[in-house]
Amino acid sequence: MSFLELTGVQKHFGPTVAVEDFNLAAERGEFVSFLGPSGCGKTTTLRMIAGFEVPTAGTIVLDGTDITHRPPNRRNVGMVFQSYALFPNMTVGNNVGFGLKVRKRPGDQIRKRVHELLELVHLGDKLDRYPYQLSGGQQQRVALARALAFEPQVLLLDEPLSALDAKIRVTLRHEIRAIQRHLGITTVYVTHDQEEALSLSDRVVVMSEGRIEQIGTPFDVYNFPATGFVASFVGTLNVLPAVVVDPVGGGLSVAGQAFRISRPVSARPGSTISLALRPEMVSLGEGGGENVLRGTVADVTFLGSIVRIRIAIADGVVVTLDEFNEPTLVLPQLEASIAISFPAEGPLVLESVPVIEPDELIAEA
Amino acid sequence: MTIETRAPGALDALVASGRRRRRLPRVNPFAWLIFILGVLYFLLPLVGTFLHSIRTRPDIFLAYRQVFADSKFFVGLGYSFAVGVITIVVSLLIIVPTAYWVRLKVPRLRPVVEFVTLMPFVIPPVVLVFGLIRVYSSKPLVLTATNIGSDFVLVCAYVILSFPYMYRAVDTGLAAIDVRTLTEAAQSLGAGWARILWRVIFPNLRTALLSGAFLTMAIVIGEYTIANFLARTQAFGPYLSLLGRSQPYTPAAVSLISFGLTWLAMGAIAFLGRGARTRVQVAGAR
Repeated sequence: MSFLELTGVQKHFGPTVAVEDFNLAAERGEFVSFLGPSGCGKTTTLRMIAGFEVPTAGTIVLDGTDITHRPPNRRNVGMVFQSYALFPNMTVGNNVGFGLKVRKRPGDQIRKRVHELLELVHLGDKLDRYPYQLSGGQQQRVALARALAFEPQVLLLDEPLSALDAKIRVTLRHEIRAIQRHLGITTVYVTHDQEEALSLSDRVVVMSEGRIEQIGTPFDVYNFPATGFVASFVGTLNVLPAVVVDPVGGGLSVAGQAFRISRPVSARPGSTISLALRPEMVSLGEGGGENVLRGTVADVTFLGSIVRIRIAIADGVVVTLDEFNEPTLVLPQLEASIAISFPAEGPLVLESVPVIEPDELIAEA
Repeated sequence: MTIETRAPGALDALVASGRRRRRLPRVNPFAWLIFILGVLYFLLPLVGTFLHSIRTRPDIFLAYRQVFADSKFFVGLGYSFAVGVITIVVSLLIIVPTAYWVRLKVPRLRPVVEFVTLMPFVIPPVVLVFGLIRVYSSKPLVLTATNIGSDFVLVCAYVILSFPYMYRAVDTGLAAIDVRTLTEAAQSLGAGWARILWRVIFPNLRTALLSGAFLTMAIVIGEYTIANFLARTQAFGPYLSLLGRSQPYTPAAVSLISFGLTWLAMGAIAFLGRGARTRVQVAGAR
C-alpha cells in the first residue's frame, strides 16, 4: 500500500464538478506536483488532502489511515500557502513554533526545533523579527519552516512561489527540493508553471477540467504526452495537419511534402491527423534526421540562450524550431527558402487535438 | 486702442507664473463656508456650555469644584464605567465569533447579520426597555425585582445597543486580514477553534476591537433612557439629568468633563492601535 492514496476522489460544488474521479498513489518521500491551468481542480484536490474541503465521493488514506473525514487540525499535514499566511501578530520564532506549542511540546524542545528549522531555511538571525519586517522570499521560507517544524507526515504547497519575483522563485525552488530531499518528506506541490513542476517533481499529475490527463515522471510527461492537452500544455509544441498516405508504414504528408514516422498510424489513407512536433526535435538544414521539409523563414526571435525560428511550410502551416545561440550560428534571412529536418521518432500523433486554425498552430503553455 | 508691449522674457515669466498658479489647489469659497459652518456647529455648543459653567460668582470654577467634591459623580462614573466594561466583554464575546464565523463559513448571511445588528437604530431605547421590563418583571423570569437582576437586564440592553458599532468595527477589522488563509494555516498547524480565535484572530483585530470598545463605552457612559427606566439612578446618565434639574451650572461642568474623558478615550485608541495597524498594513508588501 502506498503512503498517500487518493481513490475515486470527487468534489462537486453544487452542479459544478471541480474534481472528477481522482486516483493517485504517492510513495513515502515522493515529490508529486499537480500541474494544470486555473480551474483544473488541482488546488481543490490539495485542499481535500489538507482537510479544508470534504470530498463528495472517494477516500483519502494516509499511511494506512483513512483521513477523508478527519478535520484539518488532526491530520498532521503541513501546508504552505501562496500568500505565506504568517501570523502578523507573532515573531518569526513564534510563527515557526506555533505547531509545536499546539502540540504542547516542552519550551526548550520548541526553542531547539525552531532554531533548527530557521537554520535550515537560512533565517537563523531573524528569530525575533515580525513578518512585516521580512521580504516576500523570506516570509515564504518562514512559512516553509513553520509547516515542517511539527514533523508532518505530508507537506502540501499551494503555488508557494507565485507571489515572488522570477529570480527568487528559481532560488527558492531549488531550496524547497533540497530540503524535501534532506528530510525525505512526502510532498504534494500545486503549480500552473510547467517549468516548476518538471524541475522539482519525481512525478507530475497533469490536470484539466477536474480530470487527470496524465501521471508520469517529468521525462515521460514531456516526451510521451498521453493526451493532446498534455502535449499542448507541457512545453512548446508544433501541431501539424498531416494527411495519412501509408498507415502501416507511418507515411504522411504535410502540404504535399512526404515524410515518415516510426510507428503505424491508426487512420484511413487520405484522412487528416494532428501531429505534434517539439521545437527541439527539428533542425535547420537536412542533417537533423531522415525527414526533410522545405519552407520559407517567417520569423527569427532572439531569446538569449536560444534563437527561435518560425518556418512557413505552406499557407498556414508553420513549424517553430529552437537553435542554441552560439557565436558561430548564422541566422537565416527572412523570406529565405530553407530546409528543416527531424527524425522519424520525433513526431507524436495527437488523437484529441483537432486540426486547428493557422494562428493557433503553435500552442504554447 | 492700445497696444500693450512687454519686455522680452516678460511673457515667459507670465506663462511660468500662470503654470505656478495652476499648480496651486483652487480655493473654493463655498468649501470654506461649509468648513467654517461645520466648525461653528461643533464648537459653539462647547463654548456655550463652558461659558455657562463659569457663570458662578465670585468663584467662576465653583461648578467644577462641586463636581469633584460630589461623591455621586464618582459613584455614577464608576458604576457606568463598570457596566461599560462588562458590556464590552459580553459584546465582544458575542460579536467576534459571530462576525468571524459569518465571514468564514456563511458569507451569504452577512447582509442578514448586518441588518440584525442595525435593529437598535430602528427600535428606540424606550421601546426596548419597555419590552425588557414587561418580559423580565413577570414570571417565569423575574429579574427587575432585585438590584443585581436589574443590573443584568441593563447590561443585556447595552449589549444590544452596542451591536451596530461593535459589529461594524469587528467586520472592518476582519476585512483587513486574510481571515480564511490565517484560519487554514492555524488549522493545518493543529490549532482548534478556540486557539485560532484567541491566539490568531483576536490579536490581529486589536485596533478594530479598541474602536468598538470605546464607542460602546461612550454610549454606555452617556445613556439615560434605559438606565432611568430600570431605576439605575446611580448611573452617570440619570445622575447628570438629576443634576440638571436641581443645579444650574454643575451639569455644564459635568458635560465638559465627560467630553474631555471621551477625547482621552479616543486618544487612547489612536495610541494603542498604532502598532497593530502598521503591522497589518505592511505585512506581505515588501
